[in-house]
Amino acid sequence: MTLFGKLSWSAIPIDQPIPLITSFAVMFVILSVLAWVTAKLWWPYLWREWITSVDHKRIGVMYCILGLVMLIRGFADAIMMRTQQAAAINAPGYLPPEHYDQIFSAHGTIMIFFGAMPLVIGLMNFVIPLQLGVRDVAFPTLNSTGFWLTATGALLVNMSLLIGEFSRAGWLPYPPLSESSYSPGVGVDYYLWAIQISGVGTLMTGINLVTTILKMRAPGMSYLRMPMFCWTSLAANMLIVAAFPILTATLAMLTLDRYLGFHFFTNEAGGNMMMFVNLIWAWGHPEVYILVLPAFGIFSEVFSTFSSKPLFGYRSMVAATLFICIVSFMVWLHHFFTMGAGADVNAAFGIATSIIAVGTGVKIYNWLFTMYRGRIRFETPMLWALAFVVTFVLGGMTGVLLAVPPADFVLHNSMFLVAHFHNVIIGGVVFGVFAGLTYWFPKAFGFRLHEGWGRAAFWFSLAGFVIVFGALYVLGLEGMTRRLQHVEVEEWTPWLLISVAGIGVMAIGMMCQIIQLVVSIRHRGKLRDPTGDPWDGRSLEWYTLSPPPPFNFAVLPDVHGEEAYWTTKRAAIEREGLAPEPDYQPIHMPVNSATGFVTAFFATLIGFALIWHIWWLAILGFVGAYATFVIFAWRDREEYEIGVDELRAAEQMRRRAREDWLGLEPNV
Amino acid sequence: MSAASTHAGAEQDRRPHDPYKLGRSAHGHEHGEATGHGEGGPASKRIITGYGFWIFLLSDIVMFSAFFAAYAVLAGETAGGPSGHDLFDLQNVAIETALLLTSSFTCGLGSIATQRRKMLQTQLWLLVTGLLGFAFVLLEFREFADMIAHGIGPQRSAFLSSFFALVGCHGLHVSVGLLWLGTMMAQLWVKGFRPAILRRLLCFNLFWHALDIIWIGIFTIVYLIGSGL
Repeated sequence: MTLFGKLSWSAIPIDQPIPLITSFAVMFVILSVLAWVTAKLWWPYLWREWITSVDHKRIGVMYCILGLVMLIRGFADAIMMRTQQAAAINAPGYLPPEHYDQIFSAHGTIMIFFGAMPLVIGLMNFVIPLQLGVRDVAFPTLNSTGFWLTATGALLVNMSLLIGEFSRAGWLPYPPLSESSYSPGVGVDYYLWAIQISGVGTLMTGINLVTTILKMRAPGMSYLRMPMFCWTSLAANMLIVAAFPILTATLAMLTLDRYLGFHFFTNEAGGNMMMFVNLIWAWGHPEVYILVLPAFGIFSEVFSTFSSKPLFGYRSMVAATLFICIVSFMVWLHHFFTMGAGADVNAAFGIATSIIAVGTGVKIYNWLFTMYRGRIRFETPMLWALAFVVTFVLGGMTGVLLAVPPADFVLHNSMFLVAHFHNVIIGGVVFGVFAGLTYWFPKAFGFRLHEGWGRAAFWFSLAGFVIVFGALYVLGLEGMTRRLQHVEVEEWTPWLLISVAGIGVMAIGMMCQIIQLVVSIRHRGKLRDPTGDPWDGRSLEWYTLSPPPPFNFAVLPDVHGEEAYWTTKRAAIEREGLAPEPDYQPIHMPVNSATGFVTAFFATLIGFALIWHIWWLAILGFVGAYATFVIFAWRDREEYEIGVDELRAAEQMRRRAREDWLGLEPNV
Repeated sequence: MSAASTHAGAEQDRRPHDPYKLGRSAHGHEHGEATGHGEGGPASKRIITGYGFWIFLLSDIVMFSAFFAAYAVLAGETAGGPSGHDLFDLQNVAIETALLLTSSFTCGLGSIATQRRKMLQTQLWLLVTGLLGFAFVLLEFREFADMIAHGIGPQRSAFLSSFFALVGCHGLHVSVGLLWLGTMMAQLWVKGFRPAILRRLLCFNLFWHALDIIWIGIFTIVYLIGSGL
């Protein structure tokens, strides 16, 4: 046993130029950003306003930034996979198998855990308290801690690029391949600790948002007056609370196998590797809905707003959401019909899988009827939503096809499956996230995103997506299995080349997104939204200013029906004036806290130390995390007061903005 | 979040209630009556904290259920090694159970003393709770150490892997609870009965009782059923 455990200079991949050069390029970018921040003397501002912030809006924005950066990282992996397969037709290509295996494992892990999850959680964090008409989430410091632990996980995964290696066992580390006898390196350990640490953060968020939605709503906001996004978020967060502990337990068992020689999933001493597959999918299938339900909520908001109509079939939408929430726990076996559980078991899960599509079908019809005879405005969020309906129906139908066990036996682990789940995750979650980002961006920053570049990004992304995965569907039907490092069937060549062309088109779409952001920031004066209500919105986030003050609402809105803000707005127009100014009372907001950031620092030490078996450092990390917890618990000042004057100033500003927007006479 | 939040004025009054007939109105909860479903505005901090902790406990129980499931699958996989029938000493388990259940009782006595704001009594009962919990952990540790010393460690068979993981996970929870308890006793001593500390005491009580419930599951499914096999 040495001071640094298994860590030595040989962990740096000097003989592999691709990860080495990439790491140095990434480090160069990070150091440049840090130097820039230092040169501009922005550290105090960043520390005060962002790193230690417990404001749900700031945390939501940081989640989204993390998610977008990781989306780019995962997309780079995707480009490498598509180009490798196209280059490796009866040839070795440019990625050796041990590197290619790390890339597809990292791609899945990063896209799900550090791309999609942070984006979805970020939007929920930002929007839910605003839509509920309250001032923050239930546990603000816990919220910050959850975010920083997620960032720790992302950091660990990316560290594996330079120090050691990443898992080669796929995005879900199936044993026995992931056991120490077949994966003796640190790759699977990087995976395990990164996911465990970020999983704790996700669980914290789930508990926090469930409590927020169920216990903190503006006066009058009964359950059936909540906006649809709050409903789908409630369902998603209940799924987090119910499913993530299963992931934690399952990965803990694999960790015990690897570190202490337990026999949960080994091939010896009675271990049962199919138990891992069952347990991981008991988390994994609900996880699909954790991602897509909030996206369904976003689409509901977008369809209603841009059709200038209330959401059709609100109650059936709520029912369908909760139906999906429950049934999502009853279909996990369809991920491995080929296990051989027998015809009866497979039939039961196949039927359950087909039935869960009914819930989504109800939603699709509701969205269509929401648009029916509406005054539709085709702005960027609406374009994403329309593309979603078309592509998601296709992806859903291939899903129902795969739910038929005999068909699944043929298509299992084929490119058809890969095309199917990308079809629903990109068409559902990613399109939803982009719709949501465009929709709520003006609320977060006070100016809109550039419409032209947004449209360009939409059309290129959509076209590229259809080309790539259309080709993969065909390849799957032609018998190509997933995760092939090289290809020996000449007939697949045209489709592999088409998919490379498609990912080129997608890359243009991604460039357009980046340009859109840059152009929008540079022209923010012209794109400014002085109204706080740029889309003629219907729910309470549009009631307040853009960007909202730290306390969101000077006085909590009083809710008298569904579509709380829309009815308020209509009433003010009919009455030709806002209601008289309310009475103000001082409020209390939570103080900033470095707890989350410091905890994540120690969590990073713990994770790194456990990956490399540096036991003293792990102990140090635990002691540090405990000390941080005690210091936080010992604090004497939890909240600061915001006085009446500040509230009055904010509310009067809001009233002026509202009067200008609605063309009303001031009512003093 | 301020408890003293007034409502934005009546921008909405004199209008049809629920104009699109989408939501609840006829049998409706008019605003102003706190019906327990949140229509009265945000709940108090005590309720929010307690509720959030309940949700955490549910998630923790889900985690245990995964370990229970693994144990149920692997209980027969002894790989030629000893089974539960050969290993479990019910007398030891009975003592452990008695210690843990008694500690829950004393924990409850502590919360009664807290309600009466009696510092010494609260501390005393919390101390007794901690000592009983510590004795429980000690007995469990001795059981584990004894088994490992005889070569019957978790590496021996899948059955023993799942046994050590499930029972050890519970033991780890009790140990973390003891650390929490000690920290909180010191804090209570220094800071007194503050609202925040009262909320933490409430959460600790919930946690400690939840560990009891899980132990009853372990006692029944692992030890009682296992020793009969």
